[in-house]
Amino acid sequence: MTDNSSSLLDRSRTVAGPGYNRWLVPPAALAIHLAIGQAYAFSVFNKPLGALISGDVDKPASDDWTPLQIGVTFSIAIVLLGLSAAVFGKWLERVGPRKAMLAASLCFGGGFLIGALGVHLHNLWLLYFGYGFVGGIGLGIGYISPVSTLIKWFPDRKGVATGMAIMGFGGGAMIGSPLANNLMNHFKASAPMGVAPTFIVMGLIYLVFMQFGVWTIRVPADDWKPAGYVPSTEHNDLITTANVSADNAIKTPQFWLLWVVLLCNVTAGIGVLETASPLIQETFSDSAMGPGKGVTAAAAAGFVGLLSLFNLLGRFFWSSASDKLGRKVAYAIYFGLGMVLYALIPTLGHNLQLTLFVAVACVIISMYGGGFATAPAYLSDLFGKYQVGAIHGRLLTAWSTAGVLGPLIVHYLSNSRKAQGLSGAAAYQTVFYTMAGLLVVGFIANIVVTAVNERYYEKGPVTIEPGAH
Amino acid sequence: MNPQSNSPTPPATTADTSSGGSVVLAWLVVGLPLAWGVSQTFIKALALFK
Repeated sequence: MTDNSSSLLDRSRTVAGPGYNRWLVPPAALAIHLAIGQAYAFSVFNKPLGALISGDVDKPASDDWTPLQIGVTFSIAIVLLGLSAAVFGKWLERVGPRKAMLAASLCFGGGFLIGALGVHLHNLWLLYFGYGFVGGIGLGIGYISPVSTLIKWFPDRKGVATGMAIMGFGGGAMIGSPLANNLMNHFKASAPMGVAPTFIVMGLIYLVFMQFGVWTIRVPADDWKPAGYVPSTEHNDLITTANVSADNAIKTPQFWLLWVVLLCNVTAGIGVLETASPLIQETFSDSAMGPGKGVTAAAAAGFVGLLSLFNLLGRFFWSSASDKLGRKVAYAIYFGLGMVLYALIPTLGHNLQLTLFVAVACVIISMYGGGFATAPAYLSDLFGKYQVGAIHGRLLTAWSTAGVLGPLIVHYLSNSRKAQGLSGAAAYQTVFYTMAGLLVVGFIANIVVTAVNERYYEKGPVTIEPGAH
Repeated sequence: MNPQSNSPTPPATTADTSSGGSVVLAWLVVGLPLAWGVSQTFIKALALFK
């Protein structure tokens, strides 16, 4: 890389000039999140990856990878997402969003390419290393890279801004899933199940698409503020004008309370997402609803699709609403209303109220998305803008934990009920009651959040790291 | 919305002449793939109501 090209990546070269329209920044952020959101559609590869040897998804060969082995790939990616977001957060604040987005695009696109080699050679460890490890690092850096930039551009609408970007992560799965299916169909004659060439094409598409974000992202000048923006003079303990560094933030109880809040929100959401398809098919089966009236596999896939839509919409709607409601009130709604709705699901299933069941699940999943999208604005309110990206990165370790914990709880509870001979809504009853209980914990954790003690504040004015201006 | 920088010295960067057109174009770049993904999901979701 030449001196000139490296300087193009410097934060100082990304500072917006006078007259820059801040509404150009969310599309740059969306370009990153729409790409890395593909991770949530990884399950589209599960069956094809499990039939690379046999060539028949219904009759895997003994040498084919098992669903568990394939599932580990996604788990590695989610764990690396949290870890890399935590580790690289401060680096991101120092070098700026452009360099971080470039790194994310190289890791995410490169992860696909290494994964393709793993698929081609039928080497599981190479798949883990490529898509899981390298790609997971791309996920983590990419997820946090636009967050603090957006908060600085939209101090008056932090929830709207971060909601727009994080909505993209939800939308990424909607693009990634049909794209992968179409590509695998196209390539299935030339490679086992068409997976390896699909990985290559998707890796290259995402690498190129993310460059739009890399080269259009801009940071505001230090003294910039929106035209006509006057910071509220109303005193609010939970919105600070001070700044807390990432290293100090993790010493505060507020950070760990929010960590518990995110952990409970994500774990409970996984309870719905993991069980959605079997739950609706088993609860509203032909034997329960009458011959030909039960929910089919195709309709269950439609239900999962509907949940994805509400997950996406909730990220924008709830995060934007939190600008008016306040973050604490918003989370109190997610958890307060959420615990009631989670507890209602088994009853609605038992009474065969399909429409209400679907509606309640959609509201639940919208608030799950809202919980994700509101977190950066909550952090910014409590800790200031100084290193909010790095603090957010550290908070995302809660997501990694939930990504492992959630499926374990769901499978353990539902399998033990099924082992007792229970089926339909009864098999999942304890899952939903447990998740409602988790939301009670999250509700309490949110309620006890107070202002950060002044001893954690940075003394004097904070400056952007070297190389900035 | 077209907020102005109050920076006394213009930062050393490429000139940003962001018109409404470039904003629309930028949103189309990300909005079209998203709209395609949403439409695909919506079509799939219709199976639930058949």
